[in-house]
Amino acid sequence: MASNSGYEKYKSDGSLLGNVLEWFDARFPATSLWRGHLAEYYAPKNFNFWYFFGSLAIVVLAIQLTTGIFLVMFYKPDAALNANGVPAAFASVEYIMRDVNWGWLIRYMHSTGASAFFIVVYLHMFRGMLYGSYRKPRELIWVFGVLIFLVLMAEAFMGYLLPWGQMSFWGAQVIVNLFSAIPLIGDPLSLWIRGDYVIGDATLNRFFSFHVIAVPLALLGLVAAHVMALHEVGSNNPDGIEIKEHLDEKGIPLDGVPFHPYYTVKDIVGVVVFAIVFAGVVFFAPEGGGYFLEYNNFFPADPLKTPPHIAPVWYFTPFYSILRAVVWPIFGIDAKFWGVVAMGASVMIIAFLPWLDRSPAKSIRYRGPIYKSFLAVFVVAFLTLGYLGTQPPSPASELISQICSLIYFGFFLAMPWYSKIDKCKPVPERVTF
Amino acid sequence: MSQEGKVDCGRRRLIVATAAVGGAGMVTAMVPFLSSMLPSERAKAAGAPVEVDVGNLAPGQLMTVEWRGKPVWIFNRSPEMLETLPKLESAVADPKSEVKQQPEYCKNATRSIKPNMLVAIGICTHLGCSPSSKFKKGAEDGMPADWQGGFLCPCHGSTFDFAGRVFKSKPAPTNLEIPPHTYLSDTRILIGEDRKGA
Amino acid sequence: MKTRMLKSFLTAILLLPLAVFAAGGAHLDRAPDVQGDQAALQNGARLFVNYCLNCHGMSFVRYKRLTELGLNEQQVQDNLMFSADKIGEPMRVAARTGEQKLWFGAAPPDLSLVARARASADGSGADWLYTYLRSFHRDAQRPTGWNNTLFPNVGMPHVLWELQGQPEFDATAKKIVPGVPGQLSEAEYDKQVADLVGFLVWAAEPSAAFRRQVGVGVLLFLLVLFGVSYALKKEFWKDIK
Repeated sequence: MASNSGYEKYKSDGSLLGNVLEWFDARFPATSLWRGHLAEYYAPKNFNFWYFFGSLAIVVLAIQLTTGIFLVMFYKPDAALNANGVPAAFASVEYIMRDVNWGWLIRYMHSTGASAFFIVVYLHMFRGMLYGSYRKPRELIWVFGVLIFLVLMAEAFMGYLLPWGQMSFWGAQVIVNLFSAIPLIGDPLSLWIRGDYVIGDATLNRFFSFHVIAVPLALLGLVAAHVMALHEVGSNNPDGIEIKEHLDEKGIPLDGVPFHPYYTVKDIVGVVVFAIVFAGVVFFAPEGGGYFLEYNNFFPADPLKTPPHIAPVWYFTPFYSILRAVVWPIFGIDAKFWGVVAMGASVMIIAFLPWLDRSPAKSIRYRGPIYKSFLAVFVVAFLTLGYLGTQPPSPASELISQICSLIYFGFFLAMPWYSKIDKCKPVPERVTF
Repeated sequence: MSQEGKVDCGRRRLIVATAAVGGAGMVTAMVPFLSSMLPSERAKAAGAPVEVDVGNLAPGQLMTVEWRGKPVWIFNRSPEMLETLPKLESAVADPKSEVKQQPEYCKNATRSIKPNMLVAIGICTHLGCSPSSKFKKGAEDGMPADWQGGFLCPCHGSTFDFAGRVFKSKPAPTNLEIPPHTYLSDTRILIGEDRKGA
Repeated sequence: MKTRMLKSFLTAILLLPLAVFAAGGAHLDRAPDVQGDQAALQNGARLFVNYCLNCHGMSFVRYKRLTELGLNEQQVQDNLMFSADKIGEPMRVAARTGEQKLWFGAAPPDLSLVARARASADGSGADWLYTYLRSFHRDAQRPTGWNNTLFPNVGMPHVLWELQGQPEFDATAKKIVPGVPGQLSEAEYDKQVADLVGFLVWAAEPSAAFRRQVGVGVLLFLLVLFGVSYALKKEFWKDIK
């Protein structure tokens, strides 16, 4: 009996286990899920190093969910001072670090996992840019991916408030005040977000709720949509060509291999290598040189004292630099508003890549020198923006970040033009392996 | 696993090896997470032994102290109360305290270190209510006429004698629990620890 | 040729910000590392309890944890516990915070995490503390009679002055010069400060040494797992041509 999905249902061999499996499979698409998404999902055989980051993102998500579930058992979102004059939320993090058995490990895994998530996701996105993975028919995968990135930023931002240290407090203060830049509704909006006149207990509690329930649910849904959309159209590859165009007599792509076992065994190696790096940070450098855990965040939140230098966590700094780069009022609206607009646009514009790119070749391998140069300069500008965002503002850094912001937007906005005129190499029929 | 059934030996050995090493790693990785749910250092500090001075506890009086969030009775039994214990041996379910509800040093006729001083956790072994004192003999306290004095659990009616021994045919399965305790001096008891510095 | 030019151009852009911001902050002296030295950490704990705990709490550290410095519970109770009854209690401050606010204008901060919080691009938290505790000098302008070159107009007086003496600030040379001598020579004082700072570093993350030990085991395990999983991957992929 064939199921709706076209896969044969499991047939019992007469044994008890076989009968149970047949009963189960008749009522649940176990076989079709297994075969459709793993055993008979054909992925191009020429995946390289860059293709590890998708599965690694799922691994990091699993780490964050597991450690998060356990942290919630011990953490208290409470801004009130305890008997020792320390905010209860801050004290509960140290309670986890010192009093809970192995709590330090669970907490370090979660804090390192936050940075690891962004490292993996940035590399995963860059892979898409290298090989044109966002191009037709994969536009929707890319748009889901950008939404995941946005939701991840919200998740990280709200999670960062929870330790209730100085950087938590003042970071949230600055970011929530961004909303007040919106004309007319800005001030009531930021008041509504905070639920208080400053970042306070109300803000902490709602951020906690969003961080542990609402946003993770959205994240999981989007990840499912991202993977389903991917499996609908099939994976791209470093050559940027469609393996479905060359099938064997059974309709199987000639350049494809079943995801399981070939990519499961390969991704396991990737996961182990990732685990080695991850464990290296967790056990030997959990502060990540002050980038994964900022030093000032070991001071409890103090609404009366701003730290001398506040910078967002490293994964936000490229966009934060773009925000700071805008210093001129336009159309009679102050620069603060336009900075927020520029920052928002700098994230949103990524979603439009599928329609900005007009190159005949998808993969960087067959693109011409113009695109390669633009991409290289873009990467340098992005890294520079990221670095400048960690530093205190200065006139020189302002100028550099303005130039880099222009390069950032120029890369996207001029793409329809330069990607079209570029001199591409001929794209092969079959993948190179 | 494979439909063709041609998984060769070397490959199978590697699959088993990877699954074994990886599986061992996963199981080990669960240990920190599961042990995080055991009592933390704070819970342990809060559950530390409690020191009690019983110098002012007159015969026949009972005082309650808290240890690990539970009521602990310290009961200075009068000679008359102690006299009831041998008489009730046939009426209680476990007269010799065979069930391990007490430290070895309290497995005796009075279930205590000093014969008069009972230290017991005041929680019924049935479903965790705290029994009330019914010290008066006879029917005066709403008890049966042959009542010799002891404790009654208000929830399900279990009765205990002056040594915390449960009477026969009552819901509670065992005698009241005796916590580890030790005498620091003649009148100072440390509840929660067998010997100081052990 | 072209790529080389491009590369040098990119390198230049990349390095530019580094050059712009090369100027650093305050100069900090490097604190000696005493983490492996139990005697030094015990001495640091003794100094902390005697000189700091009167005003500064260390509320995230339980006295019991001091047994990890090579002391038994009885030694901790007899020598280090003055403001608590039970060994499981945290190292709370002896004076009440309300009173302190009257004396100093602000409640002295809890020092459980000071060695992590004071880290910066200039140096580790230990370096900052080591420099700070050796930068006090007499200043008649200040209500406490003390000032600090690393932390100007600091609210805290020089608590260790009996040990160090009373250094003065030479305004023309812009540096601290020795004043009335204390009980200790300069080298002896530096050693005491190093021990105290070492204790603060330990207290900021008492599980740090254990964390690194576990890490070695985890990495060794992962290397084994890498070996077998890589062999497995090779085994499967040898079919794919």
